[in-house]
Amino acid sequence: MHDLYRRYGKGLTYTFIGLTFFWLIVLVVLPDFKLLEASFRPYLPVADIGGPKDVYSLGNYAQIFGNEVPFSIFGIEVMIAARIKVFILTIFYSGVVTLITFLLAYPLSFYLAKVASGKTLPTLFLLLFVPLWVSEVLRSFAWYIILTLKGPLNALLMTLGLISKEIRWIDGYSPVVITLVYAYVLFMLFPLYNAMQSLDSNQIEAAEDLGSPWWRTHLRVILPHAKPGIASGAVMVFMLSAGSLLVPAIINSTTGNWFTQTIQGIMLEGQDWNAGAAFAFMLLLFCTLAVSVAMRVFRVKLSDIAK
Amino acid sequence: MSAGIELDNVCCDFGSFRAVDHVNVNIQPGEFFSFLGPSGCGKTTILRMISGFTDPTEGVIRIGGTDVRGQRPNQRPTALIFQNLALFPLMPIWENIAFGLEVRGVDKAKRRKRAEELLALVDLHDSADKMVSQLSGGQKQRVAIARALAVEPAVMLLDEPLSALDLKLRQHMRAELRAIQKRTGVTFIYITHDQGEALAMSDRVGVMSQGRLQQVANPRDIYNNPVNGFVASFVGENNILKGNVQAAADGMAGFETAIGTFKARLPETSAGKAVKLYVRPEHVALTNAAGAENSVPVTLTEVAFEGNFITVHAVTENGTDMIAELRNDGAGSVPASGSKMHMTFDARNASLLPDSTTTGA
Repeated sequence: MHDLYRRYGKGLTYTFIGLTFFWLIVLVVLPDFKLLEASFRPYLPVADIGGPKDVYSLGNYAQIFGNEVPFSIFGIEVMIAARIKVFILTIFYSGVVTLITFLLAYPLSFYLAKVASGKTLPTLFLLLFVPLWVSEVLRSFAWYIILTLKGPLNALLMTLGLISKEIRWIDGYSPVVITLVYAYVLFMLFPLYNAMQSLDSNQIEAAEDLGSPWWRTHLRVILPHAKPGIASGAVMVFMLSAGSLLVPAIINSTTGNWFTQTIQGIMLEGQDWNAGAAFAFMLLLFCTLAVSVAMRVFRVKLSDIAK
Repeated sequence: MSAGIELDNVCCDFGSFRAVDHVNVNIQPGEFFSFLGPSGCGKTTILRMISGFTDPTEGVIRIGGTDVRGQRPNQRPTALIFQNLALFPLMPIWENIAFGLEVRGVDKAKRRKRAEELLALVDLHDSADKMVSQLSGGQKQRVAIARALAVEPAVMLLDEPLSALDLKLRQHMRAELRAIQKRTGVTFIYITHDQGEALAMSDRVGVMSQGRLQQVANPRDIYNNPVNGFVASFVGENNILKGNVQAAADGMAGFETAIGTFKARLPETSAGKAVKLYVRPEHVALTNAAGAENSVPVTLTEVAFEGNFITVHAVTENGTDMIAELRNDGAGSVPASGSKMHMTFDARNASLLPDSTTTGA
């Protein structure tokens, strides 16, 4: 603040700070508060808004219950509200996306941070970035084409003789999971890369020198060191996946509804912004809860992620 | 169980740069051997080749008589102590020490017990459950030694492990390392650029320059009988005079320089080579009258009284700088700067040596 003042003078300093505050308060905080407030109000004809029926209640939140459908967990079939089922599956498959991105990003980031030579590194990073230059919409459509029944993926697998009959990829949650993994894998890769790069290579060599096979060195030395990076990558991928609307909207099968699509249906097709807001806050709340539980289980502190 | 190490014509190239050039040395089991040399001389590369992190381009390395080419570091009976120690900061001390045992599938209770024994050996009781960051530099040093000893290596490799410590601690750790080596009987191979460290601790020292082993000898011979100018200059200080050999007989020779002819030792290894005269400052005496032989008239330029000795800088008539280091015997007077005196030295303490570049392989 002091530095800013000295360097840019009074006028510019206040303009910077003013714009930052405007962005934070007016464009981020206030709309969220408006939605939070709206989430407790009933959906009324325009004439009744502000009238005696317009009172705060948890009615919108209660709409998640009702319309029970069968849902099998570990082979046991239970009846559960359709929206809760979608909600649970969205959280679960976001977790699956997070796990797959981790499994892909871990070896790759280790290679980039500790094995690849300084000369090839810029090229490798460029190759990783190039797909990002294409918009997410196009990339999702591209996956739609790749995964269709008579599409290139099935054609390739058939030609190689790996399968004898085309696989119906666009079914259930697989297309969303595949496309989300593709869309967000870099959000896992870069924090992991940063974490691994900060590891002193001598420690890897010291472990090997003491007789450690490669997998134990990873388990006891590299993985623990990379934990904060894994945590921040996992939080980002999980939150982005659970909150993604575009990817499921483009590529989803009829049997794999994403919770954001439920919210969109209520808000845009049902025109009930109040109930939509309530659902959106439930998603936010439970995602935060899921992340907190995961952090507790893996013994990660918030300050580790901030590093 | 300690093992000997044989380096047989070992070379190592990095691209077009030859880091290690035809090194031959036979290190005995249980020996404390130091590689001494300036940074970039190839000594760390030798260590990495013995531990298995770098492969020699040519030549054979044998540990305990076995050719170890193709063996990974985790298969070799060596333990390396890194320059920055490379302790595992996320494990408590005892797990650090017991890591090598964990790898070998020793059960937890035994690992813990062994870690505590080793902590006692390096004089670090009650630190088992501390974290690495809670220890001081000297304590970390001991943990690194204990961690390496835990795997009962046949050979310990130490890469300038004392360089991060302050002077007092460094001197203390020297004695400690030597004592641990004697107690365990393990072969120690020590890398350093500090001549004092190498001379004080080692059974034998190998002096290196530009990838080549210049001389392998016990510390006394390295200092008193260096084979070439590089070894003489790198280990201790010298007055160096240029000139030509006149007459040589019985290992002694006359040496004609611009400031007179001197008598000096001509070692066999110097025979037939272009040589210079090397004489150490502590072997130079300062007298009022000219001596019978090996005497140079000088003008004193600077006299520094340093307590136990007096360093005298002087210049000869033709402008050559000379240094003498005089013992302070308590009674003698300190010569004054600017006075004209004579510097003399015994012919047995002066050596005629070739430059390092003309010897080597």
